[in-house]
Amino acid sequence: MLRPSASSDIRNDIRSTELLVQLLNPDGDRVPDPEFDHWVADVTGEQLRSLYEDMLVVRRIDTEATALQRQGELGLWPPLLGQEAAQIGSARALRADDFVFSSYRENAVAYCRGVQMGQLLAVWRGTALSGWNPFDVGMATPAVIIGAQTLHATGYALGCLQDGVDSVAVAYFGDGATSEGDVSEAMVFAASFQAPVVFFCQNNQWAISEPVALQAHRSIADRAPGFGIPSLRVDGNDVLAVMAATRIALDRARSGGGPTFIEAVTYRMGPHTTSDDPTRYRDPAELERWAAKDPISRLRAYLEHEGLLTEEFEASVKAKTDDVARELRAACLALDPPHALSVFDNVYTSAHSVLERQKSQYAAYLAMFEEVAE
Amino acid sequence: MTTTAATPTELTLGKALNAGLRRAVAEDDRVVLLGEDIGKLGGVFRVTDGLLDDFGPRRIVDTPLAESGIIGTAIGLAFRGFRPVCEIQFDGFIYPGFDQIVAQVAKLHYRTGGAVTMPITIRVPFGGGIGAVEHHSESPEAYFAHTAGLRVVSCSNPQDAYDLIRLAIASDDPVLFFEPKRRYWAKGPVDQALANPLPLESARVVREGTDVTLVTYGPLVMTALDAAIAASDDGVSIEVIDLRSLSPIDHATIEESVRKTGRLVVTHEAAQSGGLGAEITASVTERCFDFLEAAPARVTGFDVPYPAASLEDHFLPDLDRILDAVDRVLGRRNSLTGWSAAK
Repeated sequence: MLRPSASSDIRNDIRSTELLVQLLNPDGDRVPDPEFDHWVADVTGEQLRSLYEDMLVVRRIDTEATALQRQGELGLWPPLLGQEAAQIGSARALRADDFVFSSYRENAVAYCRGVQMGQLLAVWRGTALSGWNPFDVGMATPAVIIGAQTLHATGYALGCLQDGVDSVAVAYFGDGATSEGDVSEAMVFAASFQAPVVFFCQNNQWAISEPVALQAHRSIADRAPGFGIPSLRVDGNDVLAVMAATRIALDRARSGGGPTFIEAVTYRMGPHTTSDDPTRYRDPAELERWAAKDPISRLRAYLEHEGLLTEEFEASVKAKTDDVARELRAACLALDPPHALSVFDNVYTSAHSVLERQKSQYAAYLAMFEEVAE
Repeated sequence: MTTTAATPTELTLGKALNAGLRRAVAEDDRVVLLGEDIGKLGGVFRVTDGLLDDFGPRRIVDTPLAESGIIGTAIGLAFRGFRPVCEIQFDGFIYPGFDQIVAQVAKLHYRTGGAVTMPITIRVPFGGGIGAVEHHSESPEAYFAHTAGLRVVSCSNPQDAYDLIRLAIASDDPVLFFEPKRRYWAKGPVDQALANPLPLESARVVREGTDVTLVTYGPLVMTALDAAIAASDDGVSIEVIDLRSLSPIDHATIEESVRKTGRLVVTHEAAQSGGLGAEITASVTERCFDFLEAAPARVTGFDVPYPAASLEDHFLPDLDRILDAVDRVLGRRNSLTGWSAAK
């Protein structure tokens, strides 16, 4: 495990990461941990409730978006079912001036950054290649090429160093991505320049049909120390452990300690995307085992133990998720295809003679049909 | 009234690039240089010589040996408002960075509906003729000219080297900047106070002529000019066009010339199939077919991997192969008709 002190010598922080940090067990019992407890000691009952609401909201987004895909309103949707704690626990630890570079399954992270419902769906409805302006929310739009964004995060972090600010770049990626060369290169660059970047790996056990054992012979967290980057392995279905780990990494980065690697061990309970069929490659007993470790039910049990799960609160969460579902559906149906000639927009920032010619010729071609119609 | 006329200084192409980079770094503190061996060594061709001493390791960054890493981190820096200038040490080393260039750098502005700009310049020493080992003599420009979202330029002389590198860095679009490595030591006048350099997109007519339009770029511009001089001894007037911009191609300048000469020869070191020559001859055929007196001709590297150094003189277009193609478009006897054929 990683020592919490950001000022400690990095070399001493590199150690075996077979242990899994857990603060909430699957039954919702609080597991004391002398190293990690104080990183979440300030989390109030109200904040716990808020995390619970977040997780239910993003699960509802998943359910509704999957339904929209089945109804033909979305072309595709990548559910994050089962990964709510990993995404909410980490994203809620970030500051507004931090910057996220993610893959395409981080819809809960996007929700936490303030991405609106329609913005979340545009890509999947095929009306845009990006849903939002990255600078509005401090989050780049998802990289589809696996692992590519880890280098972008590292470069952004180098820029933070250059600018002398204590903002941090966070790269989200999966277990499959760790086999990509870009992820290794990102760790090399981050270590060489001590860049303030957090590598947040959600090990959800599956890269489409390929199990994590095909990507890594040992725990993924064990790779980072070889690059000179301290790492943590946390129970990714434990929102408190994830938040504590993320806070440790952020604190280290902000105070000049350089990069940290977090492996959040979780499980993709749904398909890779709505086009996938996990029954072809996955043992249903495995899904059952992980369902018993569901991130939401354990937080719910904890809230119950703490007397925070009142009827009134549950009703308000229910109302909130219903609102979000309605909002999501309405926003989806309001996404219309853009104008035909916009296909030429924003390829370049300024005039491009060849493209201008193609555009004017295609405009003339389209106009021909209007003339015929008249 | 007295005016101080700027005196052009004589510089090699490599030194002109150095001067252009130096000025760009000095004038804009968001410009950072990234690359392998660009610091203390000054780059394997010394193009960044002395910059580390003057601007320090935060602006002139020696990177780990990872081309994808260089381009990928440049993207992150661009997200933060920097204008990175990446050096890829040799043409044949660009492929590990290819994915980040074509899948990210080229597409991010389009992908984000214009929200994110990628003002990244990627410098690539390219082309052969230096007797090098494998992967050190290639001409990969067509891959990038084929990729939407990138601008691609190549310089052929010290003045353009100085102007184009500054224009490339100032561009908000990503620019692949191909430097003709065998011409790094070619000297020419450079006016560093030129008020209005020719824009990034523009080709230049470097020699006027009336019989044949000869289009080229980068290392072969000098060869083309030599060919034009040789042809003029034979009474043939060749107009030489230096493309400078390979994407977009300045078709208007080529078209104007072909309307005058009626004949087109395109030459480049890169292989023929799917190359710039194919694009130019196709476009000329589409745009001014009625003005053509003969089928356009291409003089290019063959469709083979770059050969061993002792074979490169056979691979590279040279003055004689260019003149042979000039003969072809003029309907004179040439290697295809057979040298003994009557004209």
